[in-house]
Amino acid sequence: MTDVTAGTTTYRQALHDGLRDALAGDERVFLLGEDVGRYGGSFGVSRGLLDEFGPERIRDTPLSESAFMGAGIGAALGGMLPIVEVMTVNFSLLALDQIVNTAASLSHMSGGQFHVPLVVRMTTGGGRQLAAQHSHSLEGWYAHVPGLRVLAPATMDDARWMLAGALRDPDPVVIFEHGSLYAMEGPPPGPGPVDLDHAAVRRAGTDVSLIASSQAVHVALAAADALAEEGVSAEVLDLRVLRPLDTEAIAATVGRTHRAVVVDEGWRSVGLSAEVSARITEHAFYELDAPVARVCTAEVPLPYAKHLEDAALPQPRRVVAAVHAMGLGG
Amino acid sequence: MTAAPDGVGLLRAMLRIRRLEERCIELYSAGEIRGFLHVYIGEEAVAVGVMQALTPEDDVVGTYREHGHALARGIPARAILAEMLGRQEGCSHGRGGSMHLFDAGTRFFGGNAIVGGGLPLAVGLALAARMRGERRVTACFFGEGAIAEGEFHEALNLAALWRLPVLFVCENNQYAMGTALERSESQTDLVLKASSYEVPAWSVDGMDVEAVAAAAAEQAAMVRGGGGPCFLEARTYRFRAHSMYDPDLYRSKEEIARWTARDPLALQTAVLREEGALDDAGLAAMEADVAAEMDDAVAFARAGTLEPVEDLERFVLTEVPAA
Repeated sequence: MTDVTAGTTTYRQALHDGLRDALAGDERVFLLGEDVGRYGGSFGVSRGLLDEFGPERIRDTPLSESAFMGAGIGAALGGMLPIVEVMTVNFSLLALDQIVNTAASLSHMSGGQFHVPLVVRMTTGGGRQLAAQHSHSLEGWYAHVPGLRVLAPATMDDARWMLAGALRDPDPVVIFEHGSLYAMEGPPPGPGPVDLDHAAVRRAGTDVSLIASSQAVHVALAAADALAEEGVSAEVLDLRVLRPLDTEAIAATVGRTHRAVVVDEGWRSVGLSAEVSARITEHAFYELDAPVARVCTAEVPLPYAKHLEDAALPQPRRVVAAVHAMGLGG
Repeated sequence: MTAAPDGVGLLRAMLRIRRLEERCIELYSAGEIRGFLHVYIGEEAVAVGVMQALTPEDDVVGTYREHGHALARGIPARAILAEMLGRQEGCSHGRGGSMHLFDAGTRFFGGNAIVGGGLPLAVGLALAARMRGERRVTACFFGEGAIAEGEFHEALNLAALWRLPVLFVCENNQYAMGTALERSESQTDLVLKASSYEVPAWSVDGMDVEAVAAAAAEQAAMVRGGGGPCFLEARTYRFRAHSMYDPDLYRSKEEIARWTARDPLALQTAVLREEGALDDAGLAAMEADVAAEMDDAVAFARAGTLEPVEDLERFVLTEVPAA
């Protein structure tokens, strides 16, 4: 974490700082997961924390996703504030039962008697040639489930501060960190906190709304740069919070631009982009000058070969092409 | 720690479960209880015996066959029956039903209908106790069917690795729904499986309530003393089908008769008579008391109110502000 230009930081460092702060600020907070301790976190986010906080609070687990997720849930019920790290969203499927059937259900199922103040952090996304079992974007699966809050930090500020907000939430929160963003450099984050309820306009525009989250926000921003050169003014809306979705912000941006392209690294079918598109139809249909367009990952398990992976993932040129197809620029 | 179990109290606790569930069957047949109903009849000695070893500060994790666990833990029959009738006076506000009885006051964490799902939860409750410096024990009930799930192995490994205070109680009633143990496990010695995780483990006659109580007391003391988890296999049998939907075609009448001859209530009654601790009059008085309690509970549940539909979406997220 020293390979950074002076005056800048990385997304990884911002996450690390948020985690360190959380551990220092509350004795009830602890981290558990595979390789979070001695190894330093499979993506280096927790490096150094074992020395500072000790093995009770930086707790390496066996490769037992279901058991350590359940242990996190039980510990949350028992009065702790656990942060469970899962290496990738793909592996989290081994813990999906615990997350959906227990963490998300317990409050309602118990008539509001029990609460699960659990935070789950996991990596998501492709772009690193890791092939199908390490690259998927299943945020939409989690965003489908009542009882969870689902966050997707795309910026340095969100990487730094979302965790603190998540730990204040008495209910389970799942935070998706995009694998391709860890090395992203940028100016140090501002002072927190950040809110966990609202989407954010990352670039204002008047002709078309590019609605995205996580790494796709950066795809949308690159597309907006390219469109600006053609004289098309694109607004970029970062959803930030995938559950509950900020319907008002989605409707508002469409109200300003009258056109929308949803950019989503998930698959198109039955996914997050479908939900956003439906919200636009429900809440801003009469604002639309064109059908909502979607740029998603191709309907394939992500391939290893770079040219195929690139072709499968949303790219700025595909977003630009979608805007051209609406009759703008080109 | 609790005092040495009182034999009459043990019988009474089992009788309350038996009579409660007989009422449940009646209410189910009358259409007043719906959904899945899994009764515990025949297995009462396990919940009652184990609960003797616990204090009010301890945690309990049950299964979907948990009416007995819930009642033995101290949830009133009124709140249990009101839950089964879907009333807001129920212990889970009518949101849980038969399979999801919960009660914060008695530290009763379900009511879990995912086979094996409660085991990791128990590990976490014990982890929290350890980290907070509390001397609580977490008792986790599960059936022998859960041993085929990965979570059994993951949870035992984790609990043993971290020496957590969990009392794992396997209610081996021989059948996972309709599948007999020998048709689902290559190794049917469950104690051997638990022992492979370096967890002290032994079996007990699950029809003998005093034996269960003694074994649970011994294991709970070990767990409480910091020795890490223990595993108790209680060999038992459910006298009724898996659920009210189950035609029970997979067990022979002879086998059922062999086990019902060892009814835990009858066995304990015989012991108490032998000891001179209970006579016909005492037994009749106990029966009358329990019948009155259940009459009252049924009336309470029937008189319960339905939560307004406007409150449907309550409790999904926490309603009180975060601490």
